[in-house]
Amino acid sequence: MSDAETATISGPAHAPEDHVEGQEHPISTYLWVWFLLFVLSVGSYMVDYMQLQGLLRWSLILIFMFLKAGFIIAVFMHMVWERLALSFAILLPPLVLLVFIGLMTSEANYTFLSRLTFFGGP
Amino acid sequence: MSNEIAVDTGRSIDMVEGLPGIVSDWSSDQRAFKRVPWGKAMMWIFLLSDTFIFSCFLLSYMKVRMTTTVPWPNPSEVFALTIMGNHIPLVLIAIMTFILISSSGTMAMAVMFGYRKNKKVTGLLLVITALFGASFVGMQAFEWTKLIVDEGVRPWGNPMGAEQFGACFFMITGFHGFHVSVGVLFLIIMAVKVYRGSLDIGRPGLFTHRPGDYEEIEIMGLYWHFVDLVWVFIFAFFYLW
Repeated sequence: MSDAETATISGPAHAPEDHVEGQEHPISTYLWVWFLLFVLSVGSYMVDYMQLQGLLRWSLILIFMFLKAGFIIAVFMHMVWERLALSFAILLPPLVLLVFIGLMTSEANYTFLSRLTFFGGP
Repeated sequence: MSNEIAVDTGRSIDMVEGLPGIVSDWSSDQRAFKRVPWGKAMMWIFLLSDTFIFSCFLLSYMKVRMTTTVPWPNPSEVFALTIMGNHIPLVLIAIMTFILISSSGTMAMAVMFGYRKNKKVTGLLLVITALFGASFVGMQAFEWTKLIVDEGVRPWGNPMGAEQFGACFFMITGFHGFHVSVGVLFLIIMAVKVYRGSLDIGRPGLFTHRPGDYEEIEIMGLYWHFVDLVWVFIFAFFYLW
């Protein structure tokens, strides 16, 4: 087997891959997201500082939280630029936590009522 | 970006985009995570498992808070500080939040300058990120000291209300602080590797024995951003709720 043939079989297999996999994006993208994260953090701190209460407080906390988490995962962790096979494999499994939250909520209500019944009261 | 990718057989296969790409990637009988270094895919898998660990902590916190018949201590008051005569609620936690977000920004910059093979700036940004992380842990130590010594909070009780407050607080912030500390350690190691040029010459890593590459900084960055991400959830659920 000549050198040329060897190169076609084993040569290109490793060399080109090393250079296509890094992620490079313009600095302005990062700076914008960085700025937005600061704004959102100020927002969530303000929720507490202004002592907002009730549904408004909880919805604002959750909105700011999910926006911050989304920006960090999407841009800082480069998830928007990954192929869907990876994004789905990582982002879908945590959804089962919703079931866990549901289970724990109904369990918590039961425990709370039991405590009131057996340990609570005057 | 070209629409083909070299695979280990030396042949190229078509890359399918969009939703059909999921099926084609997973059924390609080769590596499922294409255009991603192997270490990066594995870091993502690790972070996924870590997500479940922190979720278990936050869910158990949710449950004990829902089940207690005693009022929960108001975090806004517990973590208030008096600075120069002004009583500011939750101020230390706000500062810690901004520090961690700043460190996430410098980490993202480090990854970017790493791929540009700018050793000086990359190393400097890694060191700055490590300093932010260390100051975060320092503030956490201050916060723990204040709570334990001045306010008498213990894992089994506290003077402010529900007994479980201490257990949840020490468990959740302790585990997060441990993650930050480990991150700081690895940031320093990575900064040393960048400065001495290990990533340029492909010098094998101490633990992994794999040749060094600037991808390592991105993988390190994934971990660091994840630590910031967990703090976003702790901040919302434990401190603000």
